[in-house]
Amino acid sequence: MQKDEKVLLEEFQSKIDKGVKIEPKDWMPLKYRNQLIRMMSQHAHSEIVGMLPEGNWITRAPSLRRKAILLAKVQDEAGHGMYLYSAAETLGIDRTTLLEQLHSGKAKYSSIFNYPTLTWADIGAIGWLVDGAAIMNQTALAKGSYGPYSRAMVRICKEESFHNRQGYEIMCSLAFGSQEQKQMAQDALNRWWWPAIMMLGPSDDNSPNTEELMRWRVKMESNDAIRERFIDRTVPQADYIGLSIPDPELKIDEATGHYKHGPINWEEFFNVIKGNGPCNKSRLKTRVDADRNGKWVREAAEAYAAKRVIRDDTDF
Amino acid sequence: METDQALFNYLLRLADSSLILSQRLAEWCGHGPILEEDIALTNVSLDLLGHATALLTYAGKGKSADDLAFLRSEREYRNILLAEQPNGDFACTMLRQFLTDSWHYYLYASLQKSKDETLAAISVKFLKEITYHLRHSSGWVLRLGDGTAESHLRIQNALDELWSFTGDLFDSDSADELMLAAGIGADLNEIRKQWTAHVSELLNKATLKIPESSFMQKGSLQGRHTEYLGYLLAEMQYLPRTYRDAKW
Repeated sequence: MQKDEKVLLEEFQSKIDKGVKIEPKDWMPLKYRNQLIRMMSQHAHSEIVGMLPEGNWITRAPSLRRKAILLAKVQDEAGHGMYLYSAAETLGIDRTTLLEQLHSGKAKYSSIFNYPTLTWADIGAIGWLVDGAAIMNQTALAKGSYGPYSRAMVRICKEESFHNRQGYEIMCSLAFGSQEQKQMAQDALNRWWWPAIMMLGPSDDNSPNTEELMRWRVKMESNDAIRERFIDRTVPQADYIGLSIPDPELKIDEATGHYKHGPINWEEFFNVIKGNGPCNKSRLKTRVDADRNGKWVREAAEAYAAKRVIRDDTDF
Repeated sequence: METDQALFNYLLRLADSSLILSQRLAEWCGHGPILEEDIALTNVSLDLLGHATALLTYAGKGKSADDLAFLRSEREYRNILLAEQPNGDFACTMLRQFLTDSWHYYLYASLQKSKDETLAAISVKFLKEITYHLRHSSGWVLRLGDGTAESHLRIQNALDELWSFTGDLFDSDSADELMLAAGIGADLNEIRKQWTAHVSELLNKATLKIPESSFMQKGSLQGRHTEYLGYLLAEMQYLPRTYRDAKW
């Protein structure tokens, strides 16, 4: 006999409260399922769109070592995209559908990737600031209630912390390098600081649905709490390499011991979300073109696979 | 020619070919036909970059691998002409890859037995990776050649376009002859036979036709490249050449 939805919901909540992971075949509220699909696909899309601003510098990386590291890093992002799409598929939606949602503009990806990478220092700034901010969010998500997502996140966090360190290492080399390199580093920090602060999402008084999602352990911490942790961690790193954070109002709050930042330009944030960032159109076009230009390749692979089944051909 | 200089030239030929092909494959990053291929192409690119770095480091001669990669001009580059050819569509990239992987495969299989211990040791490592590369590109040549009418046409066009650059894989100069005589280098005539047999068999299985014209382009051993290499190097070398004393 079908259990009452109220009983199922109580059992579901009790599992979460005990720290038991929810697995693909377990009962879950529709809202929980849909919220996870939205979050996981947004995360997956961010990984693959995020390959583009960094991929922009692979062919121009300034040394063999930097080129190898950047190639490996961007390859990691593709890998993250792949297992996040796979994790999302456990919720009953397939990768093709998720990609269609990205290409039609229905699904979103992180606003930060709509900013351009103008100099080599931007590659340092992305690893240091963007991956640094993302890790703050992701280490929390690794403790989330949905098993496949939290397990994917454990692995992603390990790789992201390497990315974060390589970014900071690039910034160190530039900040301790020639005058021109130091300027390049400061300019990148100036351009990426506020977008990185904003990518952690709207402030708490402007972020709906948080209470239920926290109770379900889909969302683990409020946007402002994560933002505060990121700033506390990053400011001393900037100080150490002699770069200035582009926020004249930034100061330690003596009462709490945390940094307090100046006003955030949320108008810019919502504009970028709406599609008006410097690279929204080109990023999406690049993804759509890759998909369209690859259609005949995927069709050929399917046609060949079908022929092999008929021929009972297994040697490859 | 001194043996040292011949070894230097020999190593540059190998290193440059891997470096330039790696650079081309890196251009695909984020643009692949499917996510799995984005990963595979960057992976092969990364392996080839590792090969180039190892070879340039060993070639040395008082210069760092970075100096050799970033501060030599078009006429000093010794890569095979095939490596610098533009990516074109996925069929063109995969066919170029298959032709080069097959060359690398027999070349490094032979160099594992080189009397130069360093070259022999790194060849063992390279060959493990190249075996995967060849499996990957062979799979795609079969899929595209024997897939749909469109994929067949595209990869046959790529074969017609690229075939005349394959003779250059086996051209040799006095450095090659010296290295062969010293037991350090590979016998390119022998490799040509193995390569031709393997490539013909797979292309045939993929229902593709090798062009009838036997005319082959030459010149890479003398640093005479196609026009494409200059642009590739301009992009690759711009930062170290703009900021000459900078450390990255």
